[in-house]
Amino acid sequence: MDKEEVKKKIYALVEKSVGKKKLKSSDIQKTISAELGISRDEVKEALKDLVDSGTLIYTYFGGSFVEIPPK
Amino acid sequence: MPKKYDTPLLDQLEKGSYPSFVTEIKKAAAKNEQANDLLGALEQCYKDKKTHWKHGGIVGVRGYGGGVIGRYSDIPDQFPGVAHFHTVRINQPSGFFYNSKALRELMGLWDQYGSGLTNFHGSTGDLVLLGTKTEHLEPLFAEVSSRGWDLGGSGSAMRTPSCCVGPGRCEWSNIDTLDITYNITQEFQDEMHRPAFPYKFKFKTSGCAVDCIASIARADCSIIGTWKGDIRIDQDAVKWYAKNGMDINAEIINRCPTRCMSYDGKEIKIANEDCSRCMHCIAKMTKALRPGKEKGATILIGSKAPFVVGALLSWVIVPFMKMEPPYTELKELTRKIWEWWDEHGKNRERTGELIERKGMRNFLEFIGVNPQPAMIKEPRRDPFYFWQPDELK
Ligand code: HEM
Ligand code: HEM
Ligand code: SF4
Ligand code: SF4
Repeated sequence: MDKEEVKKKIYALVEKSVGKKKLKSSDIQKTISAELGISRDEVKEALKDLVDSGTLIYTYFGGSFVEIPPK
Repeated sequence: MPKKYDTPLLDQLEKGSYPSFVTEIKKAAAKNEQANDLLGALEQCYKDKKTHWKHGGIVGVRGYGGGVIGRYSDIPDQFPGVAHFHTVRINQPSGFFYNSKALRELMGLWDQYGSGLTNFHGSTGDLVLLGTKTEHLEPLFAEVSSRGWDLGGSGSAMRTPSCCVGPGRCEWSNIDTLDITYNITQEFQDEMHRPAFPYKFKFKTSGCAVDCIASIARADCSIIGTWKGDIRIDQDAVKWYAKNGMDINAEIINRCPTRCMSYDGKEIKIANEDCSRCMHCIAKMTKALRPGKEKGATILIGSKAPFVVGALLSWVIVPFMKMEPPYTELKELTRKIWEWWDEHGKNRERTGELIERKGMRNFLEFIGVNPQPAMIKEPRRDPFYFWQPDELK
């Protein structure tokens, strides 16, 4: 699976849940690996890229979540 | 910086013969605007009998999911110096060894980018820098990381592992606490900086059961040095203690928690099979008693402070594990524990709480550890061992 594809899927998932449910890293890993039939490590790698580039950020509200940075 | 605020309430905390954090903040306030406003803001909290701090939001620097605790004042117009007052956790060296050059360098940077206030060390073990602005985080991090420092953990992640001083200064250490801590810190960088757990997870390593860092009460995984084999006794030294006024029966024999020691006025005898290796006798009679020769660690799981449920102490899961680099057995066990926790843990549920909820039996089955008598934590608990249907054939 192409990493860029995985990154797109992750971003779309996070975008879709804005205002509904804050997602944890493990939620994203579980959902995307099941959906695409890839390992969780692959999802983690793609997520790491997204965070390193600042496309997504970690936040903390009584637990750590992955979110789209505020504009 | 001229004095800006009268602080009659805080001033009371300078009375008495103990060190005072107020005195320290005042010293920092003499040359730092943030520390100066902190005095005013804190006095206001005491006056109003409520906190004026908010937290949350920012958690780290680019690429990191932890290491910074976002703090904001809810009355920023009154105290602009502490409008942001973020905490930065710096991963401490194992055993807290610094040289003065490293400290000077770090403190120079902190005077430049922050309040100048520190906490050596936080209860997590980190070197804690108290109070900086959002726009200073990235430049501060660039400076400290270029000098070989890294952020510690925060949030739902592996927290910065910490340990007692161990073989660095202490003859009782059964394991290299410093190396173990450094090694797991390196191994689990991803788990520390990219939070993906249900909640926090802490490792604390003590070289012996004296447990100077209280790992048994403060770590999800407590690693405590121990030994196999007989306690080594130097009977001449026993006589020396007796001659120098030690009441061996009162101070040693009767205080052995398992009652496995005896003393006939000349020699000490120990029924080693009943010894729980608590360290009491060795710590009191250092010249006469030494641990057995085969060294390792007991691995315990699950302690925590009160939160979702009350405080828990860690629970033995591996009575004796060899502790030699690269610590493969410990790492494999840890990964298994995390897998089970990831599968079943609810948001904000610690490992120990999950074990309380799902049961020790379920946990042991998953991590592939057989129940043993050494795991029994206290009497009058329901036994956690049951036969499985397929074991009855
Ligand atoms: C003021 C009255 C009482 C006090 C202060 C009291 C106190 C205690 C205490 C401290 C224990 C030890 C529990 C433990 O260590 O696990 C205990 C155990 C026990 N008590 Fe009482 N008790 C009282 C009345 C009673 C009565 C009226 C009964 C029966 C009709 C009773 C039956 C028992 C039994 C059977 C145990 C043993 C439980 C076990 O270890 O499994 N107690 N009690
Ligand atoms: C109204 C007063 C008291 C109440 C309601 C009370 C209640 C209890 C309860 C519910 C327990 C747990 C029993 C169990 O494990 O099943 C307990 C344990 C115990 N209580 Fe009390 N208690 C009271 C007064 C006292 C006093 C005055 C003493 C000592 C002078 C005392 C000594 C103990 C001890 C030593 C245990 C622990 C026994 C053990 O687990 O080995 N209690 N108490
Ligand atoms: S826990 Fe044991 S080994 Fe570590 S410093 Fe304390 S006494 Fe020494
Ligand atoms: S180590 Fe503790 S249990 Fe063992 S003999 Fe000494 S005092 Fe007793």
